[in-house]
Amino acid sequence: MSSIQRNMSLTGDASDQLNTLQKIGTIIGLSGLAIIVLSLFNNFEHKGLWLTTALVALAGGIILYARGLYADKLKGIKNHGVWFKSISSRGFLGWIAALILTGFYIVLYFHGELLGLGQGPDGTNTGIVGLFDPLSRFLSGNPASQWFVYGALYTVAILAFGIKFILKYKHNRYEQVRTLSVMFFQTAFAFVIPELMARLNSDDFSLPYNDLKNMWPLNYYAFEQWRVDQFINAQTIGLFFLILAVLLVFVVSPFLTYKYGKRWYCSWVCGCGGLAETAGDSFRQLSDKSMKAWKLERWMINSVLVFSVVMTVATISTYLGYDSEKYWFTKNAFLISVGVFLTALFLGVIYWKKNEIQKDALKGAIGFYVLTIGFIVLIAFIDLSQVKIDAASLSFGLNTKMYAGDAALRSFYGFAIGSIFSGVIGTGFYPILGNRVWCRMGCPMAGILGIQQRLFSKFRITTNGGQCISCGNCSTYCEQGIDVRAYAQKGENIVRSSCVGCGICSAVCPRGVLKLENGPLEGRIDSNQVLLGNDVDLMELVNKK
Amino acid sequence: MKHTIIIGNGISGVTAARHIRKLSDQKITIISAETEYFFSRTALMYVYMGHMKFEHTQPYEPWFWEKNNISLKKAYVKQIDTDAKTLHLSENETLKYDTLIIATGSKPNKFGWPGQDLLGVTGLYHKQDLENVEKYAPNNKVCKKAVIVGGGLIGIELAEMLSARGIPVTFLVREKSFWNGVLPDGESQMINRHIKNHHIDLRLGFNLKEIKSDDNGKVKSIVITETGEEIPCNLVGLTAGVSPNIDFIKESNIELGRGVKVNRFLETSAKDVYAIGDCAEQRDGGIGERRPIEAVWYTGRMMGETVAQTICGNRLEYKPGHWFNSAKFLDIEYQTYGWVFSKPRENEAHFHWKHEDDTKCITVCYSTVTNKFLGINTFGIRMRHEVFDKWLTEERDVDYVMANLAVANFDPELFKHYEKDILAAFKKNLIEA
Repeated sequence: MSSIQRNMSLTGDASDQLNTLQKIGTIIGLSGLAIIVLSLFNNFEHKGLWLTTALVALAGGIILYARGLYADKLKGIKNHGVWFKSISSRGFLGWIAALILTGFYIVLYFHGELLGLGQGPDGTNTGIVGLFDPLSRFLSGNPASQWFVYGALYTVAILAFGIKFILKYKHNRYEQVRTLSVMFFQTAFAFVIPELMARLNSDDFSLPYNDLKNMWPLNYYAFEQWRVDQFINAQTIGLFFLILAVLLVFVVSPFLTYKYGKRWYCSWVCGCGGLAETAGDSFRQLSDKSMKAWKLERWMINSVLVFSVVMTVATISTYLGYDSEKYWFTKNAFLISVGVFLTALFLGVIYWKKNEIQKDALKGAIGFYVLTIGFIVLIAFIDLSQVKIDAASLSFGLNTKMYAGDAALRSFYGFAIGSIFSGVIGTGFYPILGNRVWCRMGCPMAGILGIQQRLFSKFRITTNGGQCISCGNCSTYCEQGIDVRAYAQKGENIVRSSCVGCGICSAVCPRGVLKLENGPLEGRIDSNQVLLGNDVDLMELVNKK
Repeated sequence: MKHTIIIGNGISGVTAARHIRKLSDQKITIISAETEYFFSRTALMYVYMGHMKFEHTQPYEPWFWEKNNISLKKAYVKQIDTDAKTLHLSENETLKYDTLIIATGSKPNKFGWPGQDLLGVTGLYHKQDLENVEKYAPNNKVCKKAVIVGGGLIGIELAEMLSARGIPVTFLVREKSFWNGVLPDGESQMINRHIKNHHIDLRLGFNLKEIKSDDNGKVKSIVITETGEEIPCNLVGLTAGVSPNIDFIKESNIELGRGVKVNRFLETSAKDVYAIGDCAEQRDGGIGERRPIEAVWYTGRMMGETVAQTICGNRLEYKPGHWFNSAKFLDIEYQTYGWVFSKPRENEAHFHWKHEDDTKCITVCYSTVTNKFLGINTFGIRMRHEVFDKWLTEERDVDYVMANLAVANFDPELFKHYEKDILAAFKKNLIEA
């Protein structure tokens, strides 16, 4: 393009300048952060007081900043200057933020000791972990861990940025209610309830840390032996949780996804989604909308899904194999039932939905199916616990441990998917890749819900006749990188497996073209392929394929 | 192989090209002097406001054109020789066509105001206009004040753009109330108040007398006709409507009026030459209540679809369905289905309802003779196109429409509904009337 892109200039936008309230908010918020960082080098007295001050300042700063940004503005879309601001357009600040975030995740996952975990006398905590001890003791009675620190900061982020989001969308009740929902589920289910439940634990009774809403396969360790054993040993209540976990995966989730689409989970309940929608909201426009990215997405997310299924099946079948007297299932019964279940599911989908599955999707599905069944057969014939794997040869010597086969699968999944993909890349790279790159490319849960949403759900985004003017706001602000406009301008409904139903496309549309709806299955996909307003003869001709 | 050339890469020309490609394998070339790729003109404002980058306004990725074998040529057509079926381009290039589609769109109106061609005076239509605004009004330090002349859809968009960058805007509107040649009073006045709530200096009932220049040929100020007041400013936006962009055709044999004259088949007076979109003028007057020239996004698209059928051997009349349209006035969305004129015509009545928050209202037009529903304007409440299209076709009466308004609601889930209030007000209104 020959013309100069002056619109990229940083000087261009007055809205980039902070007003007084925003400045005060920034100072207070940063001072809260400073207390937390200082605790690394300084063992505070009165930790409870300092921690309270830090968290209140952090949250208060964010909320004050948001009030400065939105409070005196009229109701409406607030995207002025998004592509001018360095932080939200992959500018210098964006890259700095990404480096800090990824650095934080690497320390969190792999070097908890740097945060002060167990660095004091007798293994007590110092540093940041130590700073959080009072809150942890208050909730669960135990000292903090780096995971507690993470959970607490995560919750504060969702709450404070959630309030910012609610102020931003003060004209949109769908956005507000949805945000209140993720704020609630994070605070109650992911943070407070599991900590309080830990108080129930005693010498002869113990439940694993249990975030009820964190379902398999997002929670990839949901059915590992130590967890299952703990549940079984915790008698009625433990069994209840174990059965609930299975019911959630096989009954509750399919039912809710049928009725409302995957959004019931991804943008109303899920913690990853919660953070993406609140703290990550400023980065939603950075998702890649190209056809290439879509192709990559389909391979990537389904590969992770297969990996998680294989890993879980391998794990369960292995402990069923060597500890068979402890459980109701034997290894072979388990493997056969999984194989039968997956085959029935696969054949059923092919049979009933053959008209809705495009050729390339069908090829992919067959490939992934064969791969999964192949692994299951393989697992049936070898005892993975007897296979020894030397991690050094696979990790360039970074990890020198020896693993049993099933443990190696788990460790690799936990490292590559659980830590690197969902954490370091998924959240650390918010300011570069957008706020949903994990949800779009990597989350196996989103993968399952997505397949279901595409094939067995009432949910769709309806296009409003011929009103679309192809402006592109919907596509730009789609955090999942869906080219919403491509459908809207053709008068087609949007039925995509990756859509998490955040509703922002509908919110930013200047012409009232998009509406998230649950409706009858008939006519849901490819509804009109027509732009209303034309005469009927022409519509028929245009629709001839 | 047959070669169809399309002049203009806007929504009309691009839609024609896409549909010709769907129906045939003939050679297709799109010529544009404005940009390399098709972009959404209506989205230019969002680029300036920082909501989008220019790339985001392009509905198709660059590979799309090659994949569909549609050639794009960046050039300016100087002349059309319909006898030799040849286009004369700038740089003395020529190009032969078998079929020609003129889809050159509009250009902003200028009414001969003194100073209208000064530096810092611009419309908002072409990409180059956006670049002008960016150049002369990058921020509120370079541009301490902007004046917009002409109170229509583009004027209010430009006002929104400039105030998004903190530039004080004076908005000169000839009419006594914003866009009241189209909108009924209740709506128009609500929008007046909304504009003022955005701290835009709205001046109703004023005309531009002249634009004054500084020593460098740049805008210095404007003068208002009625009061003689001189307003210093660094940018003047001329947004007093658009007219067909057809100057380059004047030398040819193609019959022109205000636009390129076409019949209902979108055929011009020259053989194998068609005109579609903003630049086409219906020879026999407007279709139904429509105007002979319709500078509307979706009519351009529909003409593109229609002409593609004709060119590919299925000669088809252009028959737009029920009128509809939409726009956005700052934060308030507007949709219209069917016909609601600014004043009820003979045997018509209006029912107007406005929410107390002053950002939502509707006006329903119906026949006082047959009670038939004729049209609706809605502000701040989204309505479902499909439903109104159906009701208009079925010729429903106004009572049916009012009683079933909830069916047509298209607001996002969990939004507050107002149908009950509206129906109650409507019934009360009937009793009083």
